[in-house]
Amino acid sequence: MSDPIKTDVLIIGAGPVGLFAVFELGLLDIKAHLVDILDKIGGQCAELYPEKPIYDIPGIPKTTAQGLVDALLTQIKPFGPQFHLNDMVETIERIGEPLFRVKTDGGKLFEAKVVVIAAGGGSFQPKRPPMPGIEAYEGQSVHYAVRKMDAFRGQKILIVGGGDSALDWTLNLAPVARHLTLLHRRSEFRASPDSVNKMMALVGQGKIDFVLGQVTGLEGEGGKLKAANVKGNDGSTFHIACDALLPFFGLTMKLGPVANWGLKMEGELIPVETAAFETSMPGIFAIGDINTYPGKLKLILCGFHEGAMMAQKAHRYIYPDKKLVFQYTTSSSSLQKKLGVV
Amino acid sequence: MPKITYIDSAGAARTVDGVVGATVMETAIKNDVPGIEAECGGACACATCHVYVDEAWREKTGEPTPMEEDMLDFGYDVRPNSRLSCQIKVTEEIDGLVVRTPERQA
Repeated sequence: MSDPIKTDVLIIGAGPVGLFAVFELGLLDIKAHLVDILDKIGGQCAELYPEKPIYDIPGIPKTTAQGLVDALLTQIKPFGPQFHLNDMVETIERIGEPLFRVKTDGGKLFEAKVVVIAAGGGSFQPKRPPMPGIEAYEGQSVHYAVRKMDAFRGQKILIVGGGDSALDWTLNLAPVARHLTLLHRRSEFRASPDSVNKMMALVGQGKIDFVLGQVTGLEGEGGKLKAANVKGNDGSTFHIACDALLPFFGLTMKLGPVANWGLKMEGELIPVETAAFETSMPGIFAIGDINTYPGKLKLILCGFHEGAMMAQKAHRYIYPDKKLVFQYTTSSSSLQKKLGVV
Repeated sequence: MPKITYIDSAGAARTVDGVVGATVMETAIKNDVPGIEAECGGACACATCHVYVDEAWREKTGEPTPMEEDMLDFGYDVRPNSRLSCQIKVTEEIDGLVVRTPERQA
């Protein structure tokens, strides 16, 4: 493993609350790296509802989720946050007072004086479709992502879904598959029209099959899939023979490794005190939807407040000898210098 | 108050009072009706409040919007009378509504 990336603060989660924490920390001369499992910045706002309106951000009567993320990115730009996307924090180990060694599943290693968990509902992971018995085939015959296309060469592939992932992999795997069937419950798709047209062209050329229906069960043994039982939209039932099943049913939030970090938990949430939103482990904070305390509201604006309070305490860990003087961005020339506005 | 009846996959029926302006999902959650999870809290961003609208009520509750249809793709055993209950508003017109919950939510 390479040398650790050293940082003042490691923020887990690049949603709106993690992003605004960069701002509050930055004003106090604290630098941050952010890790997020998604391939884009913005958390739920970017992944689940980028175009949906938000009306309860103070001072912003109306924005969209993506609009808020974009605005936050502009706001924190002066502080040069470093993003590590497509990566998930797996372990946190306390190695100092406080100092943490943090490892990701992508093999990155960080050393951070303070860790801020702003992970919302946890990590986004592929949704397991509610097909009875699917667990038994996972890893061997059922795949939620394609890492190596070659692994599917010569196989009978069944892809289920109507979004971009389903369509993209249908187009990409069609040339390597022995036979490929795309199954979707209706003839409309969420995927981009261009992909749908390309898929339909392959169907027209007899290269792949497109079937309307839903999987009701799986057949096979020892983790090796043989066929999927399908209910067609006309009520008929039939089998589709397959070696590999690729269901693309979107993403869901799972708590993930957070539960293994040795923090006191309350169900899927991390209890914190409300002066600095610190967890049961000094030096690790939890802000935003993932924390809980008496009166907690899962609102973005509450997460912003929590970030501001957290930063004050983080400052004490990172600069133990420096006295923190509270200042306003409106009047402080030193804060304005940090923001690059003077 | 409009009454709503939820019938679970085993056939057990529960009738509760709805509040005009709330959704059929919220009414279920508020009254501890099992079989509806509503993971996303009503943002039409998951498919865990999936219900089957009784045929007699389909016209009054209307058809799913394209966004709702997209989300129904993630449901289990989706049928022509499938709806997401967070997208059905409680009105005086739907007093007596009957919905069935599926064997499982996504």
